[in-house]
Amino acid sequence: MELFANLALGFSVALSPETLALAVAGCILGTMIGALPGLGPSNGVAILIPLAFSFGLDATHSLVLMTAVYYGAMYGGRISSILLNIPGDEPAMMTTLDGYPMAKAGRAGDALVLSGVASFVGAFLATIGLMLLAPILARVAFMFGPAEYFALYLLAFCTLGGLGSNNQAKAAISVCLGLGIAMIGVDKSTGLTRFTGGSLHLFDGVDFLVAIVGLFAVAEVFVFIESHGRDSAIGVKLEKIRIPVKDIMNSGWTMLRGTGIGFVAGLLPGAGASLGSFLAYMLEKSTARDKSTFGTGEPRGIAAPEAGNNAAAGGALVPMLTLGVPGSGTTAVLLALLMTLNITPGPLLFTERPEVVWGLIASLLIANVVLLILNVPLVRVFSRILQVPAAVLLPGVTMISFVGIYSLSGSYFDLLLMIGFGVLGYVLRKLSIPAVPVILGILLGGHMEVSLRRAMVLSDGDWTYLFASPISIGLWIAAVAGFILPLFLRPYLRTPARVTPDDDADRDRG
Amino acid sequence: MSDRITGLIVAVLALAFAAGASQLEEPFFADPLGPKAFPLLISAVAFLAGATMVMRPDAEPAWPGLATLTRLAIATVILVAYAYALKPLGFLLPTAIASAALSYQIRPRAGQSVIIGLALAGGLFVIFKYALGLGLFALPRWLMG
Repeated sequence: MELFANLALGFSVALSPETLALAVAGCILGTMIGALPGLGPSNGVAILIPLAFSFGLDATHSLVLMTAVYYGAMYGGRISSILLNIPGDEPAMMTTLDGYPMAKAGRAGDALVLSGVASFVGAFLATIGLMLLAPILARVAFMFGPAEYFALYLLAFCTLGGLGSNNQAKAAISVCLGLGIAMIGVDKSTGLTRFTGGSLHLFDGVDFLVAIVGLFAVAEVFVFIESHGRDSAIGVKLEKIRIPVKDIMNSGWTMLRGTGIGFVAGLLPGAGASLGSFLAYMLEKSTARDKSTFGTGEPRGIAAPEAGNNAAAGGALVPMLTLGVPGSGTTAVLLALLMTLNITPGPLLFTERPEVVWGLIASLLIANVVLLILNVPLVRVFSRILQVPAAVLLPGVTMISFVGIYSLSGSYFDLLLMIGFGVLGYVLRKLSIPAVPVILGILLGGHMEVSLRRAMVLSDGDWTYLFASPISIGLWIAAVAGFILPLFLRPYLRTPARVTPDDDADRDRG
Repeated sequence: MSDRITGLIVAVLALAFAAGASQLEEPFFADPLGPKAFPLLISAVAFLAGATMVMRPDAEPAWPGLATLTRLAIATVILVAYAYALKPLGFLLPTAIASAALSYQIRPRAGQSVIIGLALAGGLFVIFKYALGLGLFALPRWLMG
C-alpha cells in the first residue's frame, strides 16, 4: 500500500495548477520539437535546459517540464518520420520504414493515429513499469558500494559503445574523450588542478551543459548547412483524420510486445530508445507470418517501433533516477539537468526527496493522456510545423542556444567553448564517432574516478577489491559481454534499408 | 585515410594526456590511487582505441567539397563573432545580422535572409525578455546610458 501513498503524494504535487500547466506546456513544446525535422528529444531538451534555469523553476517543476518535453518529443518524432521520411533522431528512424510508405499510399492520417496510439500504449505502460520497478531497484542500489558503482559506470560505457556504434574503437575514443574532458579542473579529493593549461576559465572544469548544447544543437547547424536544408519541404499530403479501428485492433498485441521489449532495452544502461525501437521492429517482422508486407506500409511495422521507442524512453528513466546512470542521450541530458539542480539521483533520492520522484511519475501519467489528445485529434495542427523552412529554424535554434548558455554564465569563454564543441560534434558525426558517449563521459567521469579511488581507499590499494562482491562480478561480466557480443551479433543486427525518395521510382517499376 | 589520421591524432593526444598526468605533483596526503592513476587509465584506453583505428579504418566518409567547407568556415566565423558581439552591442543588432547570415548560408536568397534575421531578432527578444524574463540588453550599452 506504500505505492498508493506515494502515488497520492505524487498526484498532490502533479495536480497543483502550476505543475499541471508546466506539464501541458512541456507536452506541447515537446511535440513541436519532435515534429521539427532534424530536431529530436536530445537536442530539443538540451537547448531548453538553460532557459528553464533562467526561468527560475524549482527542482520538481523543471524536472516535470523537461520530462514532459522529452516524452512529447518522443511522440512528435513520428510526425516527421511518417510525413517527410526524415526521422527527428535515431529512435524515430525505424518508424520511417513502414510509416512513410503507408503515408505515400494515401493513408498518412491512419499512420499518424495508429502511431500516436502505439506511442501512448508504450509510454503509459512504461511509466507504470517505472513506478513499480524504480523503488525496488532503488532498494537494491543501497547495497552498491564504490566498487559496484565503478563497475556500473563501466557497464554503461561498454553497452553504449557496443550497441550504439558500429565500431568499438570509435566508441571507446568517444568515451575517453568525454572522460578526459571530465578530468579538467580542480581534483576534489586533493585540491590539485589538472589539465587546465593554467587557464582560470577551466578551474571549475568544463560545464557539461556547454558541451551538450554544442555537441547536439550547434553541430546540427553545421550538418544542416552542409545538407543545404535540401531535405525539408517534400512530403506527403495529410487527408482527413479518422480512427483506423481495424488497424489498431490488429496491432494490439504488437504494441504490447513492442512495449515489453522497449522497456527492457531502455533499462539497460547505455542502450536506450534506439535499441528498443529496433528490436521491437525486428521481432515483429521475424515473427510475422507474411514478412513481405514489412517495409511497404505494414501497420504493425509502425505500431511496434513506436510502442518500443516510447516504452524505452520510460524504461531509461529507471536507471537514471535510481542509479544516476542514463540509458540514452536524452536521459543523459536530463541527468545533467538534475546535477545542475544539485539533486543527486540514486537511492537516496527516493527516500529523501519523494515529492520529486513521485511528483515526476504522476506528472508523466498525466502528460501521457495530454499527449494522446495532442497527438491524435490535434495532429493536423502539429503537422503544419513541418513547413517551417530550415533557413528559419536553424538560425533560431542557434540563437536560442547562445542566449541559453550566455544566460547561465554570462561569459564569452563558454560561448566559444560551445562553438568548439559544435565543430567537434560535426567532425565526429562525419567520422561516424558517436557523440553521446562524450556527454556521458563528461557527466560521469568525475563520479567514476571518485568511486574507483574510494574503492582503493577501502581496500588500501588492493585491486582485487573491484571484483570482490557478486554484484560487481555480475556487472563486470555484463560489461565485457555488452562490449564484445555485438561484434558477433552485428551481421544479424543490420538495419533494413530505408525508402529514400530516389528509390521509389525503382520500387514502383519493380 | 580519414580514420587513420584521426586514429593517429587520438594516439598522440593520448600520449600528451598521459604526459600531462604523470607530471602532476603527488600531494603529501593522497589516497592510495592519487590524482594520476585514472587519467593514465583513460589515456591507455584512448591510445589502444586510436591504434586500432589506424590499423583497421572504416570506409572513407563523404567529406563536403571546397564550396561547402567555405560555407562551414564562414558559419563558424559568424558564430565566433556573434559570441564576442553579444555583450558590447546588445541583443538585437548582432542577432539580426548573425541569423540573416546563417540563413543565407542555408538558402542563399538575400531579401529573404534579411527578413528572417529581423523577424528572429525581434521575436526572440520579445520571448526572452518578456516571457522568460531574461535580463537582456536590447541595444549597445553606450546607447542605453
